[in-house]
Amino acid sequence: MKRIALSLTVIAALLAGFACERRGGVGGDNDTGPIKVGYYGDLSGRTSNFGQSTKNGVMMAADEINKAGGINGRQIQILSEDDEGRPEKAATVVTKLIDQDKVIALLGEVASGNSLAAAPKAQAAKVPMISPSSTNPAVTQVGDYIFRVCFIDPFQGEVMAKFAANTLHAKKAAIMEDFNSPYSRGLTEFFESSFKKLGGQVITKQSYTQGDRDYKGQLTSIRSANPDVIYVPGYYGEVGVIAKQAKQLGINVPLLGGDGWDAPQLFELGGEALNGDYISNHYSVEDPSPAIQKFVGDFNSRYKIKPDALAALGYDAMRVLADAIKRGGTTNGPKLRDAIAATKDFPGVTGVITINAERNAVKSAVVLKIQDGKFVYQETIKP
Amino acid sequence: MDTLLQQIINGLTVGAIYALIALGYTMVYGILRLINFAHGDIYMLGAFVGYFLAFQLGFATGPSLLGLGMVLIGSMIVAALAGMAIERFAYRPVRKYARMTTLITAIGVSLFIENLFVAKLGAAPRAFPQLLREQSYPLFGNAAISKSQILIFAVSVALMLLLQWIIFKTRVGTAMRAVSFNLNSAKLMGINTDVIISITFALGSALAAAGGVLTAQYNPQIDPLMGILTGLKAFVAAVLGGIGNIPGAVLGGLLIGLAETFVVGYGQNVGIPSTFRDAVAFAILILVLLFRPTGLLGSTVQEKV
Repeated sequence: MKRIALSLTVIAALLAGFACERRGGVGGDNDTGPIKVGYYGDLSGRTSNFGQSTKNGVMMAADEINKAGGINGRQIQILSEDDEGRPEKAATVVTKLIDQDKVIALLGEVASGNSLAAAPKAQAAKVPMISPSSTNPAVTQVGDYIFRVCFIDPFQGEVMAKFAANTLHAKKAAIMEDFNSPYSRGLTEFFESSFKKLGGQVITKQSYTQGDRDYKGQLTSIRSANPDVIYVPGYYGEVGVIAKQAKQLGINVPLLGGDGWDAPQLFELGGEALNGDYISNHYSVEDPSPAIQKFVGDFNSRYKIKPDALAALGYDAMRVLADAIKRGGTTNGPKLRDAIAATKDFPGVTGVITINAERNAVKSAVVLKIQDGKFVYQETIKP
Repeated sequence: MDTLLQQIINGLTVGAIYALIALGYTMVYGILRLINFAHGDIYMLGAFVGYFLAFQLGFATGPSLLGLGMVLIGSMIVAALAGMAIERFAYRPVRKYARMTTLITAIGVSLFIENLFVAKLGAAPRAFPQLLREQSYPLFGNAAISKSQILIFAVSVALMLLLQWIIFKTRVGTAMRAVSFNLNSAKLMGINTDVIISITFALGSALAAAGGVLTAQYNPQIDPLMGILTGLKAFVAAVLGGIGNIPGAVLGGLLIGLAETFVVGYGQNVGIPSTFRDAVAFAILILVLLFRPTGLLGSTVQEKV
């Protein structure tokens, strides 16, 4: 009995502690000390390449800004949390960043599913959140504090549909979607509608779930339908294996994908089987523009690896935020929100960023071709 | 027609792996009446040991049959030792208590292995090096069988025959069968039951590791949690065939593999989406438990090992 009473007391004390913590609230506008910015991403889960790469971009941007004297004399401090790629964990770590660490803004996540889980927390606390690379439209529809610096799935799906129909002259497409991922299902929907509008036909639609290991059943069905292209809007972990198994079954038509393919591990998994496949992406490291080449060079000398699109978007997200804090002259939630919303013609490495009324960035996309373990620039498709 | 043949080949490939893992479940159950939930993680461990061996021994750079053989045997040995260690340090100390205690311990061991690997290696999938030069052999029409599929069939059949030989033709096998009939009587007859139980774990774990390496070769994505679902399905396979029954485990594995592949390949035609593949194994489990609780080949007076 004594023990129960003791544990109840402890629980009560803990709860009281949390309550105080919450009452402290957010958006406190203290003008001295470092500016705390929260970053959350998958640093140890199935898509940890994404989270790590984005974090590298964010850190590099923050360091550059700090070296140049910070924002209005204040340094940026990045507080980073690992959500293991799990939506429920994303919501938890974002709550921690807001309530305990009192960050003034959030950067994250890559996967739309995780951003969707975390965004309501940011919205409720009136802490602006900028997703570097979640492309599902629903993410910024959560509320007026949620922004992104990348294009959205309707556009990305349309880009690939246009490329398939106009450049590859494909008439029949098969689709293989990741059933549990909002990202994949969004892309599937928009590719399908655009491709049909362009006179194409989707002849079969198969699905898998993240973590599956055998895709031959689906691929055999796709093979018997005999498509011109296969659209696989998934993440690199599964896509590499899908490409390999498709080749084993003698499927030689190109696979088409999105920015979810962009990770060095894709090539370890898929190897030669990926040759001749195409993806839509946010930018190309081969772009000769001086700003991009400077970014690629700096990143490469810092991390000894070429920045993928996620690193570039992380970099841009941090700089857009810094620009807004500087223009607005405040870290106060509602005012900072207005400043981010007013971002116009910001020169990012992934393109010129203007935040529109839906809090999305309007930008062009590139199509890259896979050749011998590299992404080779094909063409740019404008919105 | 060629599509149907292709789906059968695909299904049997997946099924052969389930069968290899199911053998371990069924052997341990036969002897200890214990469902060894850590068995799926031994399968994962086998794949990872293979991964590190391939890099350590320098076979990761190019395909070689010698490399594949050494990686396969090496990972089977390591997994066998791991299986024996788990039995010695986790199950033997609690064996004298109620059976539920061992069962819960097994769940604990499973979680421990999974999270140890996640903590040490991260949960991101890794690419298993290609040890076999991949090639497809056309059968007829569009149907083809790939080298890695042939490898899976050949190795799993060879291992199953070897297991059959050990159980029925060797002294150890005879002792294993004796222990499975009655542990206490076997002890009274002078059989060192602790050693026999150890050997059973070693054999089962080696088979699971072989399954792990073969799967990784067939589809080169490995991660620390890969054993959970595959292990569960192999367990379902063992129950389907009749747990404790060795031919039953093989039959169960092949049936589950085929059922899954057919759901994916043909389910859409009858309105079942391909994502129901995982549900099918468990639906089968429920049906088996309802209508034939002893499994397809199991009987009340079964021969258990």
